[in-house]
Amino acid sequence: MTSYALFLGCTIPARQPHYELSARKAMAKLGVELVDLEGVTCCAPPPVQSIDLETSLIVAAYNICLAEEADLNIVTLCTGCFESLAVANNILKENVMLRTRVNGVLSCLGKEFKGKKEVRHYLQVLLNDVGLNYLRRSVVKPLKSLRVAAFSGCHLLRPSKLLRFDDPERPRIFDTLIEALGAESVWYRNKLKCCGGLLRGYADDVALAIARDKIVNAAHAGADCIATLCPFCFLTLDLGQVLIKSTYKEEYDMPIIHYTELLSLSLGIDPKELALEFHKVKIDKVLDKIGLNLP
Amino acid sequence: MAAQERTSSDFTVEIKQTLGGESITRCYQCGTCASSCPVAKMTDRYNPREVIRLALLGQRENVLGSDTIWLCASCYQCQERCPQEVEIADVIYALRNIAIREGKVPKIYAEFAATLTRDGRLVSMSKFLEKKRIEYGLPPLKPTGVEAIRKILSATGFDKLPISGMKGEST
Repeated sequence: MTSYALFLGCTIPARQPHYELSARKAMAKLGVELVDLEGVTCCAPPPVQSIDLETSLIVAAYNICLAEEADLNIVTLCTGCFESLAVANNILKENVMLRTRVNGVLSCLGKEFKGKKEVRHYLQVLLNDVGLNYLRRSVVKPLKSLRVAAFSGCHLLRPSKLLRFDDPERPRIFDTLIEALGAESVWYRNKLKCCGGLLRGYADDVALAIARDKIVNAAHAGADCIATLCPFCFLTLDLGQVLIKSTYKEEYDMPIIHYTELLSLSLGIDPKELALEFHKVKIDKVLDKIGLNLP
Repeated sequence: MAAQERTSSDFTVEIKQTLGGESITRCYQCGTCASSCPVAKMTDRYNPREVIRLALLGQRENVLGSDTIWLCASCYQCQERCPQEVEIADVIYALRNIAIREGKVPKIYAEFAATLTRDGRLVSMSKFLEKKRIEYGLPPLKPTGVEAIRKILSATGFDKLPISGMKGEST
Protein backbone atom coordinates (compact mmCIF):
# COMPACT_ATOMS: atom_id res chain seq x y z
CA MET A 1 0.00 0.00 0.00
CA THR A 2 1.28 3.46 -0.87
CA SER A 3 1.65 5.68 2.20
CA TYR A 4 2.19 9.40 2.56
CA ALA A 5 2.61 11.75 5.47
CA LEU A 6 -0.44 14.00 5.23
CA PHE A 7 0.50 17.64 5.79
CA LEU A 8 -2.79 19.38 6.60
CA GLY A 9 -1.46 22.84 7.38
CA CYS A 10 -3.27 25.38 9.55
CA THR A 11 -6.41 26.43 7.70
CA ILE A 12 -7.89 23.12 6.66
CA PRO A 13 -8.27 21.49 10.09
CA ALA A 14 -9.22 24.79 11.70
CA ARG A 15 -11.76 26.02 9.15
CA GLN A 16 -12.54 23.57 6.35
CA PRO A 17 -13.53 20.09 7.53
CA HIS A 18 -15.30 19.55 4.19
CA TYR A 19 -11.89 19.64 2.52
CA GLU A 20 -10.21 17.30 4.99
CA LEU A 21 -13.11 14.83 5.02
CA SER A 22 -13.38 14.56 1.25
CA ALA A 23 -9.60 14.30 0.83
CA ARG A 24 -9.24 11.53 3.41
CA LYS A 25 -12.27 9.54 2.30
CA ALA A 26 -11.32 9.62 -1.38
CA MET A 27 -7.73 8.50 -0.76
CA ALA A 28 -8.93 5.69 1.54
CA LYS A 29 -11.21 4.54 -1.26
CA LEU A 30 -8.39 4.70 -3.79
CA GLY A 31 -6.05 2.69 -1.57
CA VAL A 32 -3.56 5.32 -0.47
CA GLU A 33 -2.73 5.48 3.23
CA LEU A 34 -2.41 8.94 4.80
CA VAL A 35 -0.36 9.12 7.99
CA ASP A 36 -0.68 12.00 10.45
CA LEU A 37 2.64 13.10 11.92
CA GLU A 38 3.14 14.41 15.41
CA GLY A 39 4.81 17.77 16.01
CA VAL A 40 4.16 19.42 12.66
CA THR A 41 3.74 23.19 12.64
CA CYS A 42 2.74 25.95 10.28
CA CYS A 43 4.48 25.43 6.89
CA ALA A 44 5.70 29.06 6.95
CA PRO A 45 3.81 30.40 3.91
CA PRO A 46 3.98 33.92 2.37
CA PRO A 47 2.88 35.76 5.54
CA VAL A 48 5.85 34.26 7.40
CA GLN A 49 8.17 34.57 4.38
CA SER A 50 7.27 38.26 4.31
CA ILE A 51 8.48 38.65 7.89
CA ASP A 52 11.65 36.59 7.60
CA LEU A 53 12.44 34.41 4.60
CA GLU A 54 15.26 32.50 6.26
CA THR A 55 13.13 31.59 9.28
CA SER A 56 10.41 30.34 6.97
CA LEU A 57 12.88 28.05 5.17
CA ILE A 58 14.00 26.58 8.48
CA VAL A 59 10.43 26.01 9.69
CA ALA A 60 9.60 24.29 6.40
CA ALA A 61 12.77 22.20 6.65
CA TYR A 62 11.89 21.20 10.22
CA ASN A 63 8.55 19.81 9.00
CA ILE A 64 10.24 17.94 6.16
CA CYS A 65 12.64 16.41 8.74
CA LEU A 66 9.64 14.90 10.54
CA ALA A 67 8.63 13.12 7.33
CA GLU A 68 12.22 12.03 6.72
CA GLU A 69 12.32 10.49 10.19
CA ALA A 70 9.07 8.63 9.46
CA ASP A 71 10.54 7.56 6.10
CA LEU A 72 7.55 8.95 4.22
CA ASN A 73 7.07 11.38 1.36
CA ILE A 74 4.77 14.31 2.13
CA VAL A 75 1.43 14.99 0.50
CA THR A 76 -0.25 18.36 0.92
CA LEU A 77 -3.77 19.51 0.17
CA CYS A 78 -3.23 23.23 0.54
CA THR A 79 -1.27 24.65 -2.39
CA GLY A 80 0.26 27.21 0.00
CA CYS A 81 1.75 24.38 2.06
CA PHE A 82 2.83 22.72 -1.18
CA GLU A 83 4.71 25.83 -2.23
CA SER A 84 6.40 26.46 1.14
CA LEU A 85 7.50 22.86 1.59
CA ALA A 86 8.37 22.00 -2.03
CA VAL A 87 10.34 25.23 -2.54
CA ALA A 88 12.28 24.65 0.69
CA ASN A 89 12.86 20.98 -0.16
CA ASN A 90 14.16 21.72 -3.63
CA ILE A 91 16.26 24.76 -2.67
CA LEU A 92 17.85 22.96 0.25
CA LYS A 93 18.60 19.85 -1.79
CA GLU A 94 20.54 21.99 -4.26
CA ASN A 95 22.02 24.86 -2.26
CA VAL A 96 24.67 23.41 0.04
CA MET A 97 25.53 26.75 1.68
CA LEU A 98 21.94 27.45 2.63
CA ARG A 99 21.42 23.86 3.77
CA THR A 100 24.42 24.15 6.08
CA ARG A 101 22.97 27.34 7.59
CA VAL A 102 19.54 25.77 8.00
CA ASN A 103 20.97 22.61 9.54
CA GLY A 104 22.98 24.74 11.94
CA VAL A 105 19.71 25.97 13.44
CA LEU A 106 17.95 22.60 13.18
CA SER A 107 20.77 20.95 15.13
CA CYS A 108 19.50 22.71 18.31
CA LEU A 109 16.39 20.60 17.86
CA GLY A 110 18.36 17.47 17.15
CA LYS A 111 17.19 17.56 13.53
CA GLU A 112 18.98 17.48 10.23
CA PHE A 113 17.53 18.13 6.79
CA LYS A 114 18.84 15.30 4.62
CA GLY A 115 16.94 15.92 1.39
CA LYS A 116 15.84 12.32 1.08
CA LYS A 117 12.11 12.83 0.62
CA GLU A 118 9.70 14.39 -1.84
CA VAL A 119 6.94 16.91 -1.28
CA ARG A 120 3.93 16.17 -3.47
CA HIS A 121 0.57 17.68 -3.97
CA TYR A 122 -2.58 15.52 -3.69
CA LEU A 123 -3.08 15.78 -7.46
CA GLN A 124 0.36 14.26 -8.09
CA VAL A 125 -0.54 11.29 -5.91
CA LEU A 126 -3.74 10.82 -7.92
CA LEU A 127 -1.88 11.10 -11.19
CA ASN A 128 1.25 9.10 -10.37
CA ASP A 129 0.37 6.66 -7.58
CA VAL A 130 -3.32 6.01 -8.20
CA GLY A 131 -3.05 6.55 -11.94
CA LEU A 132 -5.58 7.95 -14.40
CA ASN A 133 -6.84 4.56 -15.54
CA TYR A 134 -7.53 3.32 -12.04
CA LEU A 135 -9.11 6.66 -11.14
CA ARG A 136 -11.42 6.54 -14.17
CA ARG A 137 -12.40 2.97 -13.39
CA SER A 138 -13.17 3.92 -9.78
CA VAL A 139 -15.69 6.61 -10.74
CA VAL A 140 -19.17 5.24 -10.06
CA LYS A 141 -21.03 8.53 -10.40
CA PRO A 142 -19.57 10.32 -13.45
CA LEU A 143 -20.03 14.08 -13.21
CA LYS A 144 -21.60 14.17 -16.66
CA SER A 145 -22.56 17.54 -18.11
CA LEU A 146 -20.93 19.38 -15.20
CA ARG A 147 -19.00 22.40 -16.44
CA VAL A 148 -16.11 23.07 -14.10
CA ALA A 149 -13.88 26.15 -14.02
CA ALA A 150 -10.56 24.76 -12.81
CA PHE A 151 -8.69 27.08 -10.49
CA SER A 152 -5.55 25.51 -9.10
CA GLY A 153 -4.35 28.60 -7.25
CA CYS A 154 -1.00 30.24 -7.88
CA HIS A 155 1.21 28.14 -5.67
CA LEU A 156 0.53 24.82 -7.32
CA LEU A 157 2.23 26.15 -10.44
CA ARG A 158 4.50 29.04 -9.54
CA PRO A 159 7.42 29.46 -9.08
CA SER A 160 7.62 26.65 -11.64
CA LYS A 161 11.41 26.47 -11.55
CA LEU A 162 11.23 25.13 -8.00
CA LEU A 163 7.78 23.51 -7.90
CA ARG A 164 8.08 21.56 -11.15
CA PHE A 165 4.41 20.66 -11.09
CA ASP A 166 3.17 21.48 -14.59
CA ASP A 167 3.70 23.94 -17.44
CA PRO A 168 3.07 27.30 -15.72
CA GLU A 169 1.47 28.90 -18.78
CA ARG A 170 -0.40 25.92 -20.23
CA PRO A 171 -1.04 23.53 -17.36
CA ARG A 172 -3.05 20.39 -18.11
CA ILE A 173 -2.84 18.16 -15.03
CA PHE A 174 -5.68 19.69 -13.04
CA ASP A 175 -7.97 19.77 -16.10
CA THR A 176 -7.14 16.15 -16.92
CA LEU A 177 -8.03 15.08 -13.39
CA ILE A 178 -11.35 16.96 -13.58
CA GLU A 179 -12.12 15.30 -16.88
CA ALA A 180 -11.24 11.89 -15.40
CA LEU A 181 -14.33 12.32 -13.19
CA GLY A 182 -16.52 12.74 -16.27
CA ALA A 183 -16.87 16.52 -15.98
CA GLU A 184 -15.89 19.15 -18.51
CA SER A 185 -13.08 21.58 -17.68
CA VAL A 186 -14.09 24.89 -19.27
CA TRP A 187 -11.72 27.59 -20.38
CA TYR A 188 -12.30 31.02 -18.88
CA ARG A 189 -10.57 34.37 -19.06
CA ASN A 190 -7.55 34.88 -16.79
CA LYS A 191 -7.81 31.29 -15.61
CA LEU A 192 -4.25 31.25 -14.25
CA LYS A 193 -4.46 34.62 -12.51
CA CYS A 194 -4.40 34.97 -8.74
CA CYS A 195 -7.55 35.16 -6.56
CA GLY A 196 -6.10 38.03 -4.53
CA GLY A 197 -6.43 36.01 -1.33
CA LEU A 198 -3.09 36.99 0.18
CA LEU A 199 -4.11 40.64 0.21
CA ARG A 200 -7.04 39.92 2.52
CA GLY A 201 -6.40 41.61 5.83
CA TYR A 202 -4.05 44.19 4.30
CA ALA A 203 -5.95 45.59 1.31
CA ASP A 204 -9.42 44.04 1.44
CA ASP A 205 -10.78 46.29 -1.30
CA VAL A 206 -8.12 45.21 -3.81
CA ALA A 207 -8.42 41.55 -2.79
CA LEU A 208 -12.17 41.63 -3.32
CA ALA A 209 -11.87 43.31 -6.72
CA ILE A 210 -9.50 40.56 -7.87
CA ALA A 211 -11.77 37.81 -6.49
CA ARG A 212 -14.78 39.38 -8.20
CA ASP A 213 -12.95 39.33 -11.54
CA LYS A 214 -12.31 35.61 -11.11
CA ILE A 215 -15.96 34.84 -10.41
CA VAL A 216 -17.24 37.07 -13.23
CA ASN A 217 -14.93 35.33 -15.70
CA ALA A 218 -16.03 31.85 -14.62
CA ALA A 219 -19.68 32.91 -14.80
CA HIS A 220 -19.22 34.33 -18.32
CA ALA A 221 -17.77 31.02 -19.43
CA GLY A 222 -20.94 29.29 -18.28
CA ALA A 223 -19.25 27.31 -15.50
CA ASP A 224 -21.48 25.46 -13.02
CA CYS A 225 -18.83 25.81 -10.33
CA ILE A 226 -15.22 26.75 -9.66
CA ALA A 227 -13.03 23.86 -8.50
CA THR A 228 -10.33 24.83 -6.00
CA LEU A 229 -7.37 23.15 -4.29
CA CYS A 230 -6.23 25.89 -1.95
CA PRO A 231 -8.18 26.72 1.24
CA PHE A 232 -7.39 30.44 0.77
CA CYS A 233 -8.70 30.49 -2.78
CA PHE A 234 -11.80 28.71 -1.45
CA LEU A 235 -12.31 31.25 1.31
CA THR A 236 -11.59 34.20 -0.95
CA LEU A 237 -14.08 33.07 -3.59
CA ASP A 238 -16.76 31.48 -1.37
CA LEU A 239 -16.96 33.94 1.54
CA GLY A 240 -15.90 36.52 -1.05
CA GLN A 241 -19.30 36.25 -2.73
CA VAL A 242 -21.00 37.27 0.51
CA LEU A 243 -18.74 40.35 0.58
CA ILE A 244 -19.26 41.02 -3.14
CA LYS A 245 -22.99 41.02 -2.49
CA SER A 246 -22.70 43.62 0.26
CA THR A 247 -20.00 45.74 -1.45
CA TYR A 248 -20.90 45.60 -5.15
CA LYS A 249 -24.60 44.68 -4.76
CA GLU A 250 -24.00 41.81 -7.16
CA GLU A 251 -24.96 38.18 -6.73
CA TYR A 252 -23.28 35.44 -8.74
CA ASP A 253 -24.33 32.34 -6.80
CA MET A 254 -21.26 30.53 -8.12
CA PRO A 255 -20.55 27.37 -6.10
CA ILE A 256 -16.91 26.98 -5.07
CA ILE A 257 -15.99 23.32 -4.59
CA HIS A 258 -12.73 21.74 -3.62
CA TYR A 259 -11.60 19.19 -6.19
CA THR A 260 -11.56 16.50 -3.49
CA GLU A 261 -15.30 17.05 -2.94
CA LEU A 262 -16.01 16.48 -6.63
CA LEU A 263 -13.73 13.45 -6.48
CA SER A 264 -15.52 12.01 -3.43
CA LEU A 265 -18.95 12.53 -4.99
CA SER A 266 -17.84 10.82 -8.18
CA LEU A 267 -16.45 7.89 -6.17
CA GLY A 268 -19.90 7.37 -4.67
CA ILE A 269 -19.19 8.75 -1.21
CA ASP A 270 -22.41 9.88 0.46
CA PRO A 271 -22.71 13.69 0.32
CA LYS A 272 -24.13 13.58 3.86
CA GLU A 273 -20.69 12.48 5.08
CA LEU A 274 -18.88 15.46 3.56
CA ALA A 275 -19.85 18.41 5.81
CA LEU A 276 -21.12 20.33 2.80
CA GLU A 277 -22.80 22.82 5.14
CA PHE A 278 -19.41 24.58 5.32
CA HIS A 279 -20.06 26.14 1.93
CA LYS A 280 -21.34 29.74 2.13
CA VAL A 281 -22.54 29.56 -1.47
CA LYS A 282 -24.72 26.47 -1.47
CA ILE A 283 -23.78 23.75 -3.92
CA ASP A 284 -27.26 22.23 -4.38
CA LYS A 285 -27.30 23.28 -8.05
CA VAL A 286 -24.20 21.18 -8.63
CA LEU A 287 -25.61 18.19 -6.75
CA ASP A 288 -28.83 18.46 -8.76
CA LYS A 289 -26.95 18.54 -12.01
CA ILE A 290 -25.02 15.38 -11.26
CA GLY A 291 -28.13 13.66 -9.95
CA LEU A 292 -27.38 13.74 -6.24
CA ASN A 293 -29.69 15.39 -3.77
CA LEU A 294 -29.09 16.31 -0.20
CA PRO A 295 -31.97 15.24 2.05
CA MET B 1 18.63 54.73 11.20
CA ALA B 2 22.08 56.06 10.40
CA ALA B 3 22.18 59.84 10.12
CA GLN B 4 24.20 60.00 6.91
CA GLU B 5 22.60 59.75 3.48
CA ARG B 6 22.79 56.39 1.85
CA THR B 7 23.85 56.18 -1.76
CA SER B 8 21.87 54.13 -4.23
CA SER B 9 24.49 51.43 -4.30
CA ASP B 10 24.23 51.01 -0.52
CA PHE B 11 20.60 50.08 -0.78
CA THR B 12 21.15 47.86 -3.81
CA VAL B 13 23.93 46.03 -1.99
CA GLU B 14 21.74 45.68 1.08
CA ILE B 15 18.94 44.13 -1.00
CA LYS B 16 21.30 41.82 -2.88
CA GLN B 17 22.67 40.57 0.42
CA THR B 18 19.21 39.85 1.77
CA LEU B 19 17.80 36.39 1.08
CA GLY B 20 15.48 36.68 -1.93
CA GLY B 21 16.92 39.98 -3.17
CA GLU B 22 19.96 38.65 -5.03
CA SER B 23 18.61 39.10 -8.58
CA ILE B 24 17.37 42.71 -8.39
CA THR B 25 20.18 44.28 -10.44
CA ARG B 26 19.33 42.22 -13.51
CA CYS B 27 16.18 44.32 -14.10
CA TYR B 28 16.18 46.30 -17.36
CA GLN B 29 12.75 47.86 -16.80
CA CYS B 30 10.83 46.17 -19.62
CA GLY B 31 7.57 46.16 -17.64
CA THR B 32 6.61 42.53 -18.30
CA CYS B 33 6.04 42.22 -14.55
CA ALA B 34 3.61 45.12 -14.39
CA SER B 35 1.64 43.90 -17.39
CA SER B 36 1.34 40.41 -15.85
CA CYS B 37 0.41 41.62 -12.37
CA PRO B 38 -3.18 40.99 -11.21
CA VAL B 39 -2.86 43.68 -8.52
CA ALA B 40 -1.54 46.38 -10.86
CA LYS B 41 -4.52 45.63 -13.08
CA MET B 42 -6.90 46.59 -10.27
CA THR B 43 -5.14 49.49 -8.57
CA ASP B 44 -2.52 52.13 -9.37
CA ARG B 45 -1.24 51.79 -5.79
CA TYR B 46 1.04 48.96 -6.95
CA ASN B 47 3.41 48.50 -9.86
CA PRO B 48 6.26 45.98 -9.49
CA ARG B 49 8.43 47.63 -12.15
CA GLU B 50 8.29 50.91 -10.23
CA VAL B 51 9.17 49.26 -6.92
CA ILE B 52 12.28 47.73 -8.51
CA ARG B 53 13.21 51.01 -10.19
CA LEU B 54 12.88 53.04 -6.99
CA ALA B 55 14.90 50.44 -5.09
CA LEU B 56 17.66 50.53 -7.72
CA LEU B 57 17.66 54.33 -7.51
CA GLY B 58 18.36 54.04 -3.80
CA GLN B 59 15.04 55.49 -2.70
CA ARG B 60 15.29 53.55 0.53
CA GLU B 61 12.78 55.41 2.70
CA ASN B 62 10.37 55.78 -0.17
CA VAL B 63 10.39 52.03 -0.85
CA LEU B 64 10.42 50.73 2.72
CA GLY B 65 8.04 53.32 4.14
CA SER B 66 5.25 53.13 1.58
CA ASP B 67 2.49 50.57 1.54
CA THR B 68 3.46 49.54 -1.98
CA ILE B 69 5.68 46.61 -1.01
CA TRP B 70 2.80 45.14 1.00
CA LEU B 71 0.47 45.07 -2.00
CA CYS B 72 2.18 42.20 -3.80
CA ALA B 73 -0.11 39.15 -3.73
CA SER B 74 2.88 36.76 -4.02
CA CYS B 75 1.32 35.07 -7.05
CA TYR B 76 4.69 34.79 -8.83
CA GLN B 77 3.23 35.61 -12.25
CA CYS B 78 5.82 38.39 -12.73
CA GLN B 79 8.70 36.20 -11.65
CA GLU B 80 7.55 33.44 -14.00
CA ARG B 81 7.57 35.78 -17.00
CA CYS B 82 10.56 38.03 -16.30
CA PRO B 83 12.91 37.77 -19.31
CA GLN B 84 15.82 38.74 -17.07
CA GLU B 85 15.02 36.12 -14.45
CA VAL B 86 14.62 38.73 -11.76
CA GLU B 87 12.98 36.89 -8.88
CA ILE B 88 10.57 39.73 -8.35
CA ALA B 89 8.23 38.17 -5.79
CA ASP B 90 11.29 37.10 -3.78
CA VAL B 91 12.78 40.61 -4.07
CA ILE B 92 9.52 41.89 -2.56
CA TYR B 93 9.99 39.43 0.33
CA ALA B 94 13.53 40.78 0.81
CA LEU B 95 12.19 44.36 0.91
CA ARG B 96 9.48 43.36 3.38
CA ASN B 97 12.06 41.56 5.56
CA ILE B 98 14.22 44.73 5.65
CA ALA B 99 11.19 46.91 6.45
CA ILE B 100 10.14 44.57 9.28
CA ARG B 101 13.61 44.71 10.84
CA GLU B 102 13.14 48.46 11.07
CA GLY B 103 9.80 48.12 12.79
CA LYS B 104 7.70 48.95 9.73
CA VAL B 105 5.17 46.21 10.39
CA PRO B 106 1.62 46.29 9.02
CA LYS B 107 -0.91 45.33 11.70
CA ILE B 108 -1.94 42.09 10.01
CA TYR B 109 1.69 40.90 9.92
CA ALA B 110 2.10 41.66 13.63
CA GLU B 111 -0.94 39.43 14.18
CA PHE B 112 0.60 36.66 12.02
CA ALA B 113 3.83 36.83 14.03
CA ALA B 114 1.99 36.75 17.37
CA THR B 115 -0.21 33.79 16.37
CA LEU B 116 2.76 31.86 15.00
CA THR B 117 4.76 32.39 18.20
CA ARG B 118 1.83 31.54 20.46
CA ASP B 119 0.32 28.54 18.62
CA GLY B 120 2.94 27.35 16.14
CA ARG B 121 0.24 27.82 13.51
CA LEU B 122 -1.25 30.76 11.65
CA VAL B 123 -4.89 29.82 12.16
CA SER B 124 -5.98 28.85 15.65
CA MET B 125 -8.09 25.76 16.22
CA SER B 126 -11.52 26.46 17.62
CA LYS B 127 -13.14 24.38 20.37
CA PHE B 128 -16.18 24.17 18.09
CA LEU B 129 -14.26 22.46 15.30
CA GLU B 130 -12.27 20.22 17.64
CA LYS B 131 -15.65 18.85 18.77
CA LYS B 132 -16.99 18.71 15.23
CA ARG B 133 -14.00 16.61 14.13
CA ILE B 134 -15.14 13.79 16.40
CA GLU B 135 -18.70 14.08 15.10
CA TYR B 136 -17.45 13.81 11.52
CA GLY B 137 -15.22 10.86 12.33
CA LEU B 138 -12.02 12.80 11.65
CA PRO B 139 -8.99 11.63 13.65
CA PRO B 140 -8.01 13.85 16.57
CA LEU B 141 -5.33 16.37 15.58
CA LYS B 142 -1.82 15.41 16.57
CA PRO B 143 -0.17 18.00 18.83
CA THR B 144 1.54 20.94 17.08
CA GLY B 145 5.30 21.37 17.55
CA VAL B 146 4.95 24.67 19.39
CA GLU B 147 8.12 24.22 21.43
CA ALA B 148 10.12 23.31 18.33
CA ILE B 149 8.94 26.34 16.39
CA ARG B 150 9.67 28.64 19.36
CA LYS B 151 13.22 27.32 19.46
CA ILE B 152 13.60 28.06 15.75
CA LEU B 153 12.12 31.55 16.13
CA SER B 154 14.53 32.21 18.98
CA ALA B 155 17.58 30.84 17.14
CA THR B 156 16.95 32.99 14.04
CA GLY B 157 16.12 36.13 16.04
CA PHE B 158 12.57 36.15 14.66
CA ASP B 159 11.20 36.53 18.18
CA LYS B 160 13.32 39.64 18.72
CA LEU B 161 12.11 41.47 15.62
CA PRO B 162 10.55 44.83 16.47
CA ILE B 163 7.01 43.56 16.09
CA SER B 164 4.49 44.66 18.68
CA GLY B 165 2.50 41.99 20.48
CA MET B 166 5.23 39.38 20.11
CA LYS B 167 7.44 38.10 22.91
CA GLY B 168 10.78 39.95 22.86
CA GLU B 169 9.14 43.16 21.73
CA SER B 170 11.62 46.01 21.35
CA THR B 171 9.59 48.89 19.99
